[in-house]
Amino acid sequence: MGKETGFKEFDRKTFGYKPVEERVKGYSEFMIPLTQAEVETQGARCMNCGVPFCHSGCPLGNIIPDFNDYVYRRRWDKALESLRSTNNFPEFTGRICPAPCESACVVGLVKPPVAIKTVELAIIEHAWANGLMSPKPPHKRTGKRVAVVGSGPSGLAAADQLNKAGHSVTVFERAEKVGGLMRYGIPDFKLDKNVVQRRADLMAEEGVVFRTLANVGVNVPVSELRQNFDAIVLTGGSTQPRDLPIPGREGKGVHPAMEFLAQNNHRVAKLEGLRNQRGEKVEEILATGKRVLVIGGGDTGSDCVGTSIRQGAKSVLQVELLPKPPEGRTERTPWPTHPGPAMFSTSTSQAEGCERDWSVQSKEILRDKDGNVKGVRAVKLDWSKGKPEEVPGSEYVIECELVLLAMGFLHPEHKFMLEELGVDLDERGNVKAANHATSVDGVFAAGDMRRGQSLVVWAISEGRECARAVDAWLNNGASYLAAKASSLCQAKT
Amino acid sequence: MPAWDAPPPPSSFRHWGIREVNILPTERHGLYDPAFEHDACGVGFIADLNGNKTHEIVSKGLEILVNLEHRGASGAEKNTGDGAGILVQMPHSFFLKVTSSIGIALPVPGTYGVGMVYLPKEPKARKKIQGVVERCVSECGQSVIGWREVPTDASSLGPTAISAEPSIWQVFVRRAPDLADAEAFERKLYVIRKYVERTIVEAGFEGAHDFYVCSLSYKTILYKGMLTPPQVEAYFPDLADNAFESAIALIHSRFSTNTMPSWPLAHPFRTLAHNGEINTLRGNRNWMKARESALASELFSEDDIRKILPVVDEHGSDSAALDNVVELLVMAGRSIPHVMMMLIPEAWEKDPEMSAEKKAFYEYHGALIEPWDGPASVAFTDGHLIGATLDRNGLRPSRYFLTKDNILVMASEAGVLEFPSEDIVLKGRLQPGRMFIASLDEHRIIPDEEIKHRICSAKPYGEWLGNKIVVSDLPAPREIRQPATDSILDRQKAFGYTLEDLRMLMEPMVRAGEEAIGSMGTDTPLAVLSDKSHVLFDYFKQLFAQVTNPPIDPIREETVMSLVSYVGGEGNLLTETPSHARIIELERPILTNDELERLRWVDKNGFTAKTISIVFKAVEGENRLEKALDRIRRQAVDAIEEGYEVIILSDKPVDSRHAAIPSLLAVSAVHHHLIRRGLRGQAGLIIETGEAREVHHFACLLGYGASAVNPYLAFQTIEDMRRRNLIAEDVTQEKAEYNFVKAVDKGLLKIMSKMGISTIPSYIGAQIFEAVGIAKAVVDEYFTNTPSRVDGIGLETIERETLLRHRFAFEAIELEDGDDDLEVGGQYAWRQRGERHMLSPDTIHKLQQACWKNDWNQWKEYTRLIDDQSKNPITLRGLLDFQNLAPISIDEVESVDSIVKRFATGAMSFGSISWEAHTTMAIAMNRLGGRSNTGEGGEDPRRYTAVKGGTKVSDIVGAKYALVDYEMKEGDSLRSSIKQVASGRFGVTSEYLVNADELQIKMAQGAKPGEGGQLPGHKVDKWIGATRHSTPGVALISPPPHHDIYSIEDLAQLIYDLKNGNVHARINVKLVSEVGVGTVAAGVAKAHSDVVLISGFDGGTGASPITSIKHAGLPWELGLAEAHQVLVRNGLRDRVVLQTDGMLRTGRDVAIAAMLGAEEWGVATAALVVMGCIMMRKCHLNTCPVGVATQDPELRKNFHGKPEYVETFFRYLAQDLRETMAQLGFRTVDEMVGRVDKLAPRKGVTHWKAKHVKVANILHKVESESTAYCSTKQDHGIDTALDNELLKLCAPAVERKEKVRAEIRLRNVNRTVGTILSAELTRRHGADALEDDTIHLKCTGTAGQSFLAFGVKGVTMEIEGEANDYFCKGLSGGRAILYPPRNSVFDPASNAIVGNVGFYGATSGEAFIMGKAGERFCVRNSGARVVVESIGDHGAEYMTGGRLVVLADIGRNFAAGMSGGVAYLFDDEKTRSRVNKAMVEIEDVVEPADLEELKSMISRHAEFTGSAKAKALLADWTNSVKKFVKVMPVDYKRALREMALEAAEGGKA
Repeated sequence: MGKETGFKEFDRKTFGYKPVEERVKGYSEFMIPLTQAEVETQGARCMNCGVPFCHSGCPLGNIIPDFNDYVYRRRWDKALESLRSTNNFPEFTGRICPAPCESACVVGLVKPPVAIKTVELAIIEHAWANGLMSPKPPHKRTGKRVAVVGSGPSGLAAADQLNKAGHSVTVFERAEKVGGLMRYGIPDFKLDKNVVQRRADLMAEEGVVFRTLANVGVNVPVSELRQNFDAIVLTGGSTQPRDLPIPGREGKGVHPAMEFLAQNNHRVAKLEGLRNQRGEKVEEILATGKRVLVIGGGDTGSDCVGTSIRQGAKSVLQVELLPKPPEGRTERTPWPTHPGPAMFSTSTSQAEGCERDWSVQSKEILRDKDGNVKGVRAVKLDWSKGKPEEVPGSEYVIECELVLLAMGFLHPEHKFMLEELGVDLDERGNVKAANHATSVDGVFAAGDMRRGQSLVVWAISEGRECARAVDAWLNNGASYLAAKASSLCQAKT
Repeated sequence: MPAWDAPPPPSSFRHWGIREVNILPTERHGLYDPAFEHDACGVGFIADLNGNKTHEIVSKGLEILVNLEHRGASGAEKNTGDGAGILVQMPHSFFLKVTSSIGIALPVPGTYGVGMVYLPKEPKARKKIQGVVERCVSECGQSVIGWREVPTDASSLGPTAISAEPSIWQVFVRRAPDLADAEAFERKLYVIRKYVERTIVEAGFEGAHDFYVCSLSYKTILYKGMLTPPQVEAYFPDLADNAFESAIALIHSRFSTNTMPSWPLAHPFRTLAHNGEINTLRGNRNWMKARESALASELFSEDDIRKILPVVDEHGSDSAALDNVVELLVMAGRSIPHVMMMLIPEAWEKDPEMSAEKKAFYEYHGALIEPWDGPASVAFTDGHLIGATLDRNGLRPSRYFLTKDNILVMASEAGVLEFPSEDIVLKGRLQPGRMFIASLDEHRIIPDEEIKHRICSAKPYGEWLGNKIVVSDLPAPREIRQPATDSILDRQKAFGYTLEDLRMLMEPMVRAGEEAIGSMGTDTPLAVLSDKSHVLFDYFKQLFAQVTNPPIDPIREETVMSLVSYVGGEGNLLTETPSHARIIELERPILTNDELERLRWVDKNGFTAKTISIVFKAVEGENRLEKALDRIRRQAVDAIEEGYEVIILSDKPVDSRHAAIPSLLAVSAVHHHLIRRGLRGQAGLIIETGEAREVHHFACLLGYGASAVNPYLAFQTIEDMRRRNLIAEDVTQEKAEYNFVKAVDKGLLKIMSKMGISTIPSYIGAQIFEAVGIAKAVVDEYFTNTPSRVDGIGLETIERETLLRHRFAFEAIELEDGDDDLEVGGQYAWRQRGERHMLSPDTIHKLQQACWKNDWNQWKEYTRLIDDQSKNPITLRGLLDFQNLAPISIDEVESVDSIVKRFATGAMSFGSISWEAHTTMAIAMNRLGGRSNTGEGGEDPRRYTAVKGGTKVSDIVGAKYALVDYEMKEGDSLRSSIKQVASGRFGVTSEYLVNADELQIKMAQGAKPGEGGQLPGHKVDKWIGATRHSTPGVALISPPPHHDIYSIEDLAQLIYDLKNGNVHARINVKLVSEVGVGTVAAGVAKAHSDVVLISGFDGGTGASPITSIKHAGLPWELGLAEAHQVLVRNGLRDRVVLQTDGMLRTGRDVAIAAMLGAEEWGVATAALVVMGCIMMRKCHLNTCPVGVATQDPELRKNFHGKPEYVETFFRYLAQDLRETMAQLGFRTVDEMVGRVDKLAPRKGVTHWKAKHVKVANILHKVESESTAYCSTKQDHGIDTALDNELLKLCAPAVERKEKVRAEIRLRNVNRTVGTILSAELTRRHGADALEDDTIHLKCTGTAGQSFLAFGVKGVTMEIEGEANDYFCKGLSGGRAILYPPRNSVFDPASNAIVGNVGFYGATSGEAFIMGKAGERFCVRNSGARVVVESIGDHGAEYMTGGRLVVLADIGRNFAAGMSGGVAYLFDDEKTRSRVNKAMVEIEDVVEPADLEELKSMISRHAEFTGSAKAKALLADWTNSVKKFVKVMPVDYKRALREMALEAAEGGKA
């Protein structure tokens, strides 16, 4: 399996990127894929470990050694089969997953890790390009109906799985188009919306019904769902942004990141009017010609950076409350853990020309007489004692005209649907659903709505696990749907 | 009826309303089961071929016995022997003399018989039994003349022997006048004896336990008992009486692992004395039982036949069972040599030199009865003929000589009787498969060829074989119906196929015709503890040979192996007719679809086949499985009664509504049912199953009675894999199936050879498995007599397990194509959805982090993960809980520093792991005061000295070699404290032995017990080559057996050799857990090992077939508990250290190991993990990325382990143990050992399978009179070694390197001569320090075993006389010269002068031997230069270096596995065909250097020995040299060429 000595012979090579000056001219994806032969060589680098930490590190449990081997052996069809057995949407994760698998790759102990994400994307795009992704509706229908509320990665994954099991699935989406955060949060240059649509279309052809502009609890009564469906799956995401309650917050030009990003995605998609992710019409936010301050150092912040640059911002500064992370792994982030933000990295957007600063605490948003933002008064923090202390005399002003708040999300929106369904919430405000079943019989939850904000890969995983729970609930406890932790042929008691 | 824990008598017994004879200890206690006792021994006879009965023959016989004493053993008490005895002709004059005084008037010889009978001591019970005997005698138409109490003198006996001592009597029986002749009388006496034995047990008399008939015959009589050899004569004053005369004395001294006192188990038996072991005993017993209903003979009435049943006493030893069968066949009219040829046939199948008539004889008899297979030297007599035979492999030694007075002496060793050398006219040795027979009627030795021709030509066997059917001769089937391809996935799921099965197991088999290889140990749950549905095969663990019998090398010794089996044939064993040859021959046990169809529709010679469906309705909870089993058993009986002779059990009808009975259950259920009904012999059983796909499956099916297997789904899967391009290479379907079958064939041979079994017919039904986790009721009913100590799931759960798969296959909604493949498996590599593993990403990570950062919290997280796993159990210890806690302060507990001294790391060779890993571990263990282990790869002598602070590794071996340098502390040492001695003997020199604290004899390895190993050429770099005394780039083979351990007394010999090699080192014998390991451990303790190590089956490996890693051997919990219980019971526990290893991970594991009996513990895998191993399981590929298990310099640089990590690991482990000790209230480890009372089965287990498991047997407590841990030292008997004298004699050389010349006298009892002397020279002066010939000792007489073992440079030993086995083993530079007595009258060149396995593992030195040598000469020689006149079979086997010159003939299979060195052979007409050319080429001797070398060696031979043969060759050298050929290993030649090239290029540079 694999090429025994491949990791010694070949160097890591991932898909590349177009040069900055070229890519910032538009919103298209700027990856440069590898040739088929190059990908096969990357597959050869896999060592087929006895304990594949990559596979363990993958929230979906992708059987990475198997598909690497298949690719190396030019069995792209088998590679696809393996990949699809654990991952409903490799075209999403292949683009935007931070790839904890690669952090866990054993080759990574001694050399740059196997380019797993590159291989993954190559497999699925090869499949789309070569007609392997034709619709395959289930052979039999069970007659059971399931409503999935929310069409983000977790809702889509749940819908896809439940549809495979033969249940009739309807997906409710309050926005105009399906995809959730992938549609409205992630910029096109990172994930082309055709990729999302292509998948949604395939699912529709396989029998999944999508109802958009259908806001359950608002324009679709909860009772309708309860009546018409045997089970309900809640996958509405964690959409309540964390706010910055400092003086001046109400100033003009201070926006939650998601409003800015959603609006731009609408713009790129040439959809009518500008809407936020709730589908509500909003006023235009543009970074063009402005000095932009992005508060929050995470992925969403990065997306704001890239979008601002493309809109023609005069400058972009991204600040982070926490101190600058170390360049490499540390004692606290040893192999095979995924260090995530605990290790310094530069995103493609950040590479496009933004400044970054750390240990910055915003104190006040400064406004001109019209209430427009003209700057932010901030202070530097000293983290050396493990907790933040303001550095005396370090106060300064960041001059800017647009402030984007990218400090994460708190929990799902509680109003309307959740309230009306009456599901219990956990202490963080997420839907309480151990093993995906909520406190209300027949109602299940998955994704960020249940576990809090997280990665797309986790959302897909949540959707799959939830689907298995739903399927089992519909089938008196038995389910043959795949899920990562349980084999299909085992018993505990 | 005595209380014994045995299965109910089979129904064939009920038929006659009788019970089995029970004469032996049968009670099980905890894990001890008497069924697993073994023996081996010294055997011999003396006979006056002129037939003159004299007392001298008897007394000489007793003298032989005493001289073989060292081959026997005593238990905890020195004066309690394992048994000894003597069989003689009826001493009529003596009986006349002694009976007259007690009122018995004996008639003429031949008209009365004498029984030697053990009776209860209690007079009332005794008289009652005597009454029964008399009644039986008269019922059989004869009469008792009277009884004589045999005088005995028990004053020299030990208490254990006395505790079991019977009252011994002789009964005199008068022949009735109506009997035709003496032979009819002898038969009648046989009937009486069998009848009496049965009747007494049946009547349930008090004292029946003490009743036993040693012999009852008019011709011979047997004196034996639980005695040491010297006690025999003293105990039986009869034997000393001058009137006690015989022309024959057959003697035997027993070395047994036997652990319960037993008098009847002493040899000889009525017809034979046996040295060896019957490996196939279970199957042989079952098959004999199966044949009983068909027994008929004109020599016996039907009533007689009924009286002699059962033929085989179920509770006797293997030797006793063999004796039972020999006796029956002889009584029924065959001659004793004929019977021996039937039961212990030579390897005829592949012998090109054998005559057609002999082959026909063997083939014909092969259809009648399966071989009784195993190492054996059997001496036998019927009173007229006396002889001996060896097994086909020649695994036991036997030497003989004849005097000019026609006195013939044969014994396990030469030198047992001293005769003037000028009186000897012939000296020889028994050869594999050769019969050695002498006739007292014909007054001569009858040559093998003559006696066999006589027997083979007596009947037209060849002609009769015309009745044989070969499958390929049957008409081809019109069609082969297979289930539809589109249902293949469903059926694969139903039979439990996983992705891994396809990709990791089947693909390599299909592609390359080889089993898949893996590495590291298994760490997944036992089948009964797994959440997954397992196939039933997974509950059966393969057993294997260790110590008491050797495994075989099925590749290098392929000539003795055979896969041919037979179906059909006449069931009556007592006659020989043409219809006995009406058989179907199966070439191999795997049937293709085509072959199966031919058989299914067979209609020839009266054969017809019946197919029985083995599916049941897939409905849960209605006991459908049990009902289905009843049905198929009934159908099988019906089929046989209707005349079908082939029964095909088939699960092909599996569909969505019908599930398959597990094929193994179906086969075994039918097999045992038919045995019980007495019908088994009347039909062949074939299984057509979708389940079998890996070698272990096939082995199970055959082992439980199937004659052949058709794996139709495996074939279909192969086709499907090909269709889907899943096979890496392009192979046709035909080739793919061929490869698959070939891989299975090879795998089967390997599994058989692990147990020392060479032929399929003896393997079929032999049940060489232990069940783990199957309910007793299921085992008793369907797998009768399978060892099973962990009770578990019943039929309901087996049914549920089957239906779980069935539902998964047929009920799951079909998902999108391709998406819903098979289960991932996760057995061989960790998978999220797969099987649980103890070493998971999580535990590996936490363990590494804890030890790298000295982070006790992480350690506790790690142990929590592992110990939690034991709540979700993976291992048997996971089912145990602590109880009776008595907490004390941890400060009161033995310190960490003290506990860590009890740890050892595993035996991993330099070669299997890197230099960096090997030395890092050594440094750490030396700092802790624990022990690291060399493994079997030798050790670089530069590691032997401790270093100064600041020394770097590069200072010792040079920067070029120290790829990861490391600065050491003051007093650090790279030396491995334990030096392993394995079958390969790589680098085992005197210097190696001297530099050890402990010498470990590796009998088996947990990951692949019973198998050898191979270090692939790409792992043998220059350094490793030098350390192992081999050539770089040439693969190295470790043979499956130690060629100097075929038996327990051989192990005792090796222990003695090694103790001589280093008197300061303790000797450790490493065993692997399996049923019966306790009795083996007792034997090992009796053989004076200081340490006994019981390894679990889950230990690691650098390379092994994956199926061996998974399916061979048992968990250490079982083996350890058994060993501890048996050792305590026998008072042996306090003289050995008991050690265990196998996936020990946490303090909890260690605590349980201690409480089950181990006071020391080994850890290997975890130690590797803390040095960076991440369980890649790629050791065999040399691609370990972290530099642990690789020799690739680039990868070795990645090694980041540090001794400190290893130290921390062991300290944490000790601390963890201390916490448990404090909790339990133990202050010291010693007081903790064996405290099973503090362990209890875990309560509240709800797991669907695990809840049925009963582990109580493990927790059986045996009270001990002495300590339950090692508190005394073994007496190795070094004080009495001849070398003590030699040391004094050679003091000038030892002290001052001055020359010494002396003469000494040798006897066979002087064993291992020259070894202590050599060790002392090495110790004082270092290796190779002495001038050549500094010491020259001229010896006369017979050298005992292991003469000059590990003899060093500067020591020359010259023997005028002869030598025994293991001559010059491990020779390390010394010189040996051996020639016959100068006054001999026989031709020295054609007479045996030295025994078997000379020069085993010799590394340097030279020897000149004028005479014939035995089997396996120069096996594993890696450097010695030897000249010999002729040798036996398997010469130069596995040789890797040195030179061998043979001046006359060689035996068969020369140069098997020879990968280095050169042999020059005299080229007679048979030489070339006898060379095994798999690895070597035969060339003419033409190179000048070769010519010179050959001449110089022969010249030296002539000079040192005075060989006439050598002189004659030299006299005509120009012509002589043309008669020699050179045998050169191909790889070796290539490697030498490459090295020469490299040197040349280096020279240029």
